[in-house]
Amino acid sequence: MKASRLHGPVRRLAVFCLFVILLMLGYTAYKAFGQAIDDAQTDWPAIGSVLPRTDDLTMPSVLDIVRGVFDEPRRSNEAFGSIVFDKAVFTLREASVGFAVGVIVGLGIAIILSQSQLLERALVPHVIASQTIPLIAIAPIVVIWGRKNVDFLPWEWQDWMSVSLIATYLTFFPVAINGLRGLHSPSAEAVELMDSYAASRRHTLWRLRLPASLPYLFSAFKIAATASVVGAIVGEISAGVDGGLGRQILLEASRYTTGPERLYVAVLFAAGLGIFAFLTILTFEYGLVRRKGTELVL
Amino acid sequence: MTSQNVPAVEIRGVSKVFNPGGSNEVLALEDINLEIAAGDFVTLIGPSGCGKSTLLRLVAALVGSSSGEVLVNGKSADQARLDRDYSMVFQKAGLFDWRNVARNIELPLELMGWRKSARHRRSTEMLELVQLQDFARHFPQQLSGGMAQRVAIARAMSFNPALLLMDEPFGALDEMTREHMQNEVLRIWSETNTTVIFVTHSISEAVFLSTKVVVMSPRPGRIAAVLENHLESRDDTARDSPEFFANVSEVRKLLRAGEN
Repeated sequence: MKASRLHGPVRRLAVFCLFVILLMLGYTAYKAFGQAIDDAQTDWPAIGSVLPRTDDLTMPSVLDIVRGVFDEPRRSNEAFGSIVFDKAVFTLREASVGFAVGVIVGLGIAIILSQSQLLERALVPHVIASQTIPLIAIAPIVVIWGRKNVDFLPWEWQDWMSVSLIATYLTFFPVAINGLRGLHSPSAEAVELMDSYAASRRHTLWRLRLPASLPYLFSAFKIAATASVVGAIVGEISAGVDGGLGRQILLEASRYTTGPERLYVAVLFAAGLGIFAFLTILTFEYGLVRRKGTELVL
Repeated sequence: MTSQNVPAVEIRGVSKVFNPGGSNEVLALEDINLEIAAGDFVTLIGPSGCGKSTLLRLVAALVGSSSGEVLVNGKSADQARLDRDYSMVFQKAGLFDWRNVARNIELPLELMGWRKSARHRRSTEMLELVQLQDFARHFPQQLSGGMAQRVAIARAMSFNPALLLMDEPFGALDEMTREHMQNEVLRIWSETNTTVIFVTHSISEAVFLSTKVVVMSPRPGRIAAVLENHLESRDDTARDSPEFFANVSEVRKLLRAGEN
């Protein structure tokens, strides 16, 4: 038992590496196959007319993508990977601020709604409706408002804060909904127990409802963390905010023909950012929620 | 402390209607009168639906009565709840699984604003009372059902309530653990001078534990009879004594009579 638990993280890492290698092999294999049917299209009319063909432009080779990380673009003496890394850090900052504000707003909504059934029934549909507005539609509005109307704050409003706000819009929702479920999760007996001790609402919230909702909250945080990265990137793209991964992806898409591997590198960094955000939450969960005798569920 | 002449609990003409006016209106309790003296160990026994748990919750002021009056230590039940005159033990131990055993026991003390050192001293004493000294740092998931229920009793007794309300506390335990827990509760009762109201399904449990057995009948819930239950001793030999068996069959007879 002990040995297998010790090897758990190592084995998980090995499985992950194997998965990445298989993905690269599959990618390379299809690229070769697509190129082959492109070369020999007259020989395989059926397959050749259905499956997409490939070439170095549509699917740059794995080696080219790796090389793209280290290549220095023209008019630059910095490796492309290092440039994209800086952009990723910029986007991560937007996403983190958006996540933090989203957690506070979401938890606040959950706590307020949990206090009254009437309030909950009246307002939950509106919380859900908020998510039906497409992010791309509100992003420019938020940026314009930020530039023109936000002058009451003690600090100067910057465009990246608008992007954080857009990320918040995605992150508060799972926190509010799951948080509400978590706050309602204690059994009737547990609530009666607190009542029998004449515990105040505040006491019941802090000693019973919030601790009981931690597992619910962490599954929301995991969704929200990745959503905040998506929100930041989409926010940058649709609001035209410079400095982050979103703008970089847009730029690489526009000059795709001269360097397709660069777009792939930027997208891979974006994926890496999402994974990083997820793993950060998982680490906190491991430290906070894991208790003796309970297994952590991914 | 309450003086001897004020009853621990007085229930006068109490009725309880659930969902009054609705199509699912239920008369759960009708015209209940009961007086419990300080230091008594009273069991409420009866078939499902006789309202014994509801009666206990009326005393605890977790539900309100539809008519009549419930007094605990001479004041209204709700005032007694706010003054923390009683403590409750449920069928499920209901420990908070994010707190270890010691911190579960300290929960009511935290709510009452005890300082940390005093809380710690108290939980150590309570763990000795229920003989779980070595389990202070364990978490609820690591305890057996009987141990968890002992922790729940320790938690309930931690602030020395004058009245202990127990709602089928051993209903989920196996027979062996159950008898052991009954001995434990009697020991704690005699050591702490607490008044106990104990809800149970089990005739032998009621007769073994209590000084007074309140037999209830269902639909609507009423008190069918009150049996003064005197046993020579309350140890394991009492379980085989003739007076124990006589009282068990008496309670059974009263329960049957109440059903018809």
